[in-house]
Amino acid sequence: MFERVLAYDFRWSILWEPPYADMLLDGIRMTLVVSPIAWGLACMLGVAVAVCRTAPWRLPRALGTAYVEFFRNTPLLVQLFFWYFGVPQLLPPTAQNWLNSVNVPLLGLTLNVEVWTLIVGLAIYTASRVAETLRAGIQSLPRQQTEAGLSTGLSRLQLYRYVILPQAVRLMLPSLTTEFLTTYKNSSLGITIGVAEMTFATRQIDAYTFKGLEAATAVTVLYLAISLTIAGIMAIVERATAIPGMIARRSGGMP
Amino acid sequence: MNFDLGVFTPGNLRFLFDGFVITLRLAALGIFFSFWLGTAAAFARLSKRPWIHYPAVVYIEAIRGVPLIMVILWFYFFTPVFTGMPLENFTSALMAFVIFYSAYLAEDIRAGIQSVPVGQIQAAYSTGLSTFQTMRYIVLPQALRNTVPALVTRFIILFKDTSLAYVIGVRELTHSAYIISQREFRPFELYTLLALIYWVCTFSMSRLARSLERCLAPDRRVALKP
Repeated sequence: MFERVLAYDFRWSILWEPPYADMLLDGIRMTLVVSPIAWGLACMLGVAVAVCRTAPWRLPRALGTAYVEFFRNTPLLVQLFFWYFGVPQLLPPTAQNWLNSVNVPLLGLTLNVEVWTLIVGLAIYTASRVAETLRAGIQSLPRQQTEAGLSTGLSRLQLYRYVILPQAVRLMLPSLTTEFLTTYKNSSLGITIGVAEMTFATRQIDAYTFKGLEAATAVTVLYLAISLTIAGIMAIVERATAIPGMIARRSGGMP
Repeated sequence: MNFDLGVFTPGNLRFLFDGFVITLRLAALGIFFSFWLGTAAAFARLSKRPWIHYPAVVYIEAIRGVPLIMVILWFYFFTPVFTGMPLENFTSALMAFVIFYSAYLAEDIRAGIQSVPVGQIQAAYSTGLSTFQTMRYIVLPQALRNTVPALVTRFIILFKDTSLAYVIGVRELTHSAYIISQREFRPFELYTLLALIYWVCTFSMSRLARSLERCLAPDRRVALKP
């Protein structure tokens, strides 16, 4: 068995040789650009959906529930294919051409239509999970908060803006930061629609050198190292923003 | 705007169905094996012996910090090197799923084990049961009952994630739809149907889980019959 292991010619140097090292570095940069943007959008959309789901009117509640049930129960890959391959079929040719010419330079990367599809797809998927988390947070607040807010003359909008959401978001911050790690790991699906992130770099290096094992090992270790770093930063943020007097929710670590 | 249901010919539907069968096989086998490996890893992590405890901690935490796609790719590149021969894509994907999901299931099951009151274990020991018997007949049945909701959620996620086997060319449901859409230029219709198929499966699984939880919850059963 070991002869066979040795029969494979390891070449770890591809990890720091000129063209391949740049592929890896660009991949890391792409992952680190895509994940925060997608997560930020997901949080905003998630807040909107969570507010809909806890609203006292039936229509927004139904729409919010439909959104969550649909996007949480289908695979992210299928959603990405739907946005990337499916939706353009319905658009007029001018809109398709415009989409294909999108190029936003950011931090030395060009964010083209593939990257934006990944960002939006991730955001829409993650928002359904964020909305569920926030809804639990909102519903865990004592009802007197709502009653007191309304009786002081706040409108529904003001009630959410100044009373409910600040508490719910702070209460649920550990879960929201966990969602960031999920988004960061899910950005690896960019490989399926041609976004040059870290996982894509693995396959690219394998295609050029047939040294897929070295590349996959390196990228796996990189993912882990970045995950642990993010988790460490998140733990500090969580401690700083915990609401004094409320039960400290310990972060569940990595999802 | 064009929309054409003519793409769902009997031949194409048959092709999709074949893919669906592979998806179900991947999910069922993945669930079966990762349940046992996950249980083992949960007990390993709870073990007091450091040479069992620490490897389990490293395994669980390392896997949970890495995306599933990377684990799938890594197995895909690794197995031919180690075994000296290329492995069938299906087997390679299945191994990746089992290794990946066992780490998550281990945490779910560990939470369930820790929710069993200590008094139960002490009572079991004092009636003369061995450690293994205590675990097998006292702790595990109660622990699993407590973890049923978490386990079902995890299995639903696993079912959805079988779509990622597409990356290494396993011809499951998503890959089948991809092939047809490339041939017919009808991606919108195909991916809509694909999403609906997954949705019907996961939604019915979660409904089933809810009724299962109601049957299994011991406290509620007592509470309902005062």
